[in-house]
Amino acid sequence: MLERARWASRSFATYDHASVMRILQAVTRVAEERAEHYAEWAVRETGFGVVADKVVKNRLCSRGILDAYGDHDYVSPRLDAGGLKLLELPRPAGVVLALTPSTNPVSTVYFKVILALMTRNAIVVSPHPFAKECCADAARALGEAAVGAGAPDGVVQVVEEPSIPLIDALMTDERTDVILATGGGAVVRAAYSSSNPAIGVGPGNVPVLVDATADLARSAKKLVDSKAFDNSLLCTNESVLIVEEAVADRFLAMMSRSGAHILADADIDKVRDTVFPEGRFDTSLVGTSAVAIASKAGVRVPPATRILVAPFDLVVDEEPLAHEKLCPVLGVTRVPTAQRGIRTAAAVLRIGGAGHSAVIHSKNPRTVMDYAAALNVLRVTVNEGGSAGSAGFDTDLAPSMTIGTGFAGRSSLGENLQPKHLVNYARIAYSNDPSEVMPSFDGLSSLMAPLTPVPAYPVASNLAPVALSLRSTTSHLTNTSAPPGDETNGLRDELRRLIIEELQAIIRS
Amino acid sequence: MTFDYGDISFESKDEVLAKARKYWNPGKTDFWVETGVPLVIDRREGYFLYDMSGKRLLDVHLNGGTYSLGHRNPEVASAVAAAMSHFDIGNHHFPAITRTALAEALVKTAPEGLTKVVYGSGGGEAIDIALKTARHTTKKRKIVSIAKAYHGHTGLAVGTGDDRFSKMFLSDRPDEFVQVPFNDLEAMESALRSRDVAAVIMETIPATYGFPLPEPGYLETVKRLCEQHEALYIADEVQTGLMRTGELWGITKHGFTPDILVTGKGLSGGMYPISAVLLSEKAAGWLTEDGFGHISTFGGAELGCVAALKTLEVCNRPETRSMVHYISELIGRGLREIQADFPDWFVGIRQNGVVMGLEFAHPEGAKYVMRHLYAHGVWAIFSTLDPRVLQFKPGILLTPELCEELLDRTEVAVRKSWDEIRLHGRRDSTVFV
Repeated sequence: MLERARWASRSFATYDHASVMRILQAVTRVAEERAEHYAEWAVRETGFGVVADKVVKNRLCSRGILDAYGDHDYVSPRLDAGGLKLLELPRPAGVVLALTPSTNPVSTVYFKVILALMTRNAIVVSPHPFAKECCADAARALGEAAVGAGAPDGVVQVVEEPSIPLIDALMTDERTDVILATGGGAVVRAAYSSSNPAIGVGPGNVPVLVDATADLARSAKKLVDSKAFDNSLLCTNESVLIVEEAVADRFLAMMSRSGAHILADADIDKVRDTVFPEGRFDTSLVGTSAVAIASKAGVRVPPATRILVAPFDLVVDEEPLAHEKLCPVLGVTRVPTAQRGIRTAAAVLRIGGAGHSAVIHSKNPRTVMDYAAALNVLRVTVNEGGSAGSAGFDTDLAPSMTIGTGFAGRSSLGENLQPKHLVNYARIAYSNDPSEVMPSFDGLSSLMAPLTPVPAYPVASNLAPVALSLRSTTSHLTNTSAPPGDETNGLRDELRRLIIEELQAIIRS
Repeated sequence: MTFDYGDISFESKDEVLAKARKYWNPGKTDFWVETGVPLVIDRREGYFLYDMSGKRLLDVHLNGGTYSLGHRNPEVASAVAAAMSHFDIGNHHFPAITRTALAEALVKTAPEGLTKVVYGSGGGEAIDIALKTARHTTKKRKIVSIAKAYHGHTGLAVGTGDDRFSKMFLSDRPDEFVQVPFNDLEAMESALRSRDVAAVIMETIPATYGFPLPEPGYLETVKRLCEQHEALYIADEVQTGLMRTGELWGITKHGFTPDILVTGKGLSGGMYPISAVLLSEKAAGWLTEDGFGHISTFGGAELGCVAALKTLEVCNRPETRSMVHYISELIGRGLREIQADFPDWFVGIRQNGVVMGLEFAHPEGAKYVMRHLYAHGVWAIFSTLDPRVLQFKPGILLTPELCEELLDRTEVAVRKSWDEIRLHGRRDSTVFV
């Protein structure tokens, strides 16, 4: 599997930008068309999440990613933008091993496959066992679309039956060039221990501060929507609300109008004990609905309840509600001032989520600055929901399903994972002696568009002399490939004819 | 330096060579030493062989595809090792677990219409089984083969090949074995016209003849002629089978099902000898009439069946198929680049997948290239029956890096052999021996 991926990645690395874009368009189209299909399948297979929200995620991670990065060229050689005597040749990683989680299964498959293809990498997807069927089917569909659009055979593969020994073998195999690990801490640590380059990220535990200057109505709605989105399966969803005392009652009332149920004192312990039996998060509740959790806790809530809000006083490690909750339960604590709220948010991050993300609703730039400076996170979403905000879909952050937690979060990645992280650049560096003039490299790129399937079907050499290494070359450093001339078209037609004949012969047999 | 292999030990490579000459085969031993390829294979791993001197060779001879999956392929080796704790060769008289499983696997992956499997212990025996089967089925005796063909050296098989190997043992039977030139349909038709032919036996690409490629439509027409003249078509897929052409069986690419298909060599995974004959229902009658018609103690030995099952499974993996296509494309392109640099010397490339014959412009050109390849760490063999042509048979699980290394080494060997030919006009044996 990895060997096949290596062969594919070698061929793919010779493709020009136009060919890569053709492949991406085809893959994105298929991904988008099947967004509903896989959303429904993922919920059915894993038993959690919200179909409608997964549809949104699947779209964001297909068309959304192409829209965000489609104008970038990770393929063609480029001159240094600052006028330095440097020419950069993109060099794909090679074989990407992508571990995908059960929480955002197909959307992460989409995301990683599209990122890999955008940067001309081959990818082997290893899905979480809870979501292996929908993920395997999605990976196969994207792979077929890619190959159908001219990508090399084997460019997208999937581990059909993931198991710990198999994943370990793939991670430690020297044919794996980089591991993209999204999932639990154990998986991420294993990826980093594999001896291969790895990009894995730590967990979140997102504080959200609402100060007295915030647009309360708007913020309340955004917060509830974000917390309810896919039943809190995104790691960027809010975990603990810290609200300034002066506006707390009003804010909570507004949240109620958006579908939050503020738990009465008598019910808080029931929910706490249900979500954190013996102080540990019950993973069977990941992504289950607020109503189901309330029912399990023996708490009566209105049927339209989208999230449960559990007030508590002190943000300390022994308070379970101050920990990460991948389910629609939001802790809430009141603070006398915004400055105290910043310290409380810092306390949330001492418990977990270092390097990850935080949210603030405020109109005071001083507070925003102090909040960001004081918190051990690498992104602070302002006046927007955390789920889609910190993931870059409702902010100008890089849209991503993998949120780099940096040094603090024991990760090699500090940004949101994006295509540039899967490509190196070989730099041609001329002497900086002023007498050395860097020549033009226009038209010298050896990147090519494949005109046959890759690899070509092995037709006997006396049957298809024109099949031999027939390719068109790009004529510019920029991203357009030269339109094939008449002669090339003739050869191509001849080649097609031969291949069709050959295939017919096989079919006949 | 002593070479200690547990129960076996030798003082030196020279001692092995001397004793090989004394106790084993002086003719062969001397030939290789004199040819400049004094190879005694010691360690072997993947696509590498190591001479007793420690010299490493990249193997693109593979014993005709026997080591297509590499030497001591770990998956085949562990399958056989595990099987040894339960199975042995077995008893050929009885139905057996492994023989049945392998037969089913072979039939299920074969071209449609091949429905039964008979086992042998090697390719020659399998050919004999095929020829006997054809004779039984048609009640005719004559066998048509290609001049310079090689199908093995057992009783009947030897008759189909070059008479050098049959006459010396007084085993030539020209009345029963007719040979026609390859790619000559008229000759084929006239051989079949008298309707007394039991079978035409063809390697899909004749190996020891240097892999000349069948002209477009040739094999298909031969099959039609066989049908017209009520002869069976036997496809010898010993060297072209098991994914080497990019399909499990090379004959598949010609769009017809042979009446009989023979496989050997690679089927063993290089670990335990076994060969197999796949029969169409039409040819399989004797298995019902008299199942004891062909007896072979080691035919279908159960350990061999285990090796073959694993080998077949590896060959049939989608990734293997994909890799063969990649390898064939990369090496084909690399060879054409080398050819472009030496157009007067390296005059032709015959290629179908990783079955390749490289033609050189000298009656014994391939021997020169073989020696230079050997000197530069590659083992490929000339074609016995057409020494202009080098058999070049890369493995089907090669890595991209090894393919590139192979091409680098080959380029130097082609260049040096061309220098030798130009400077000396003939072989300078002192350089190599």
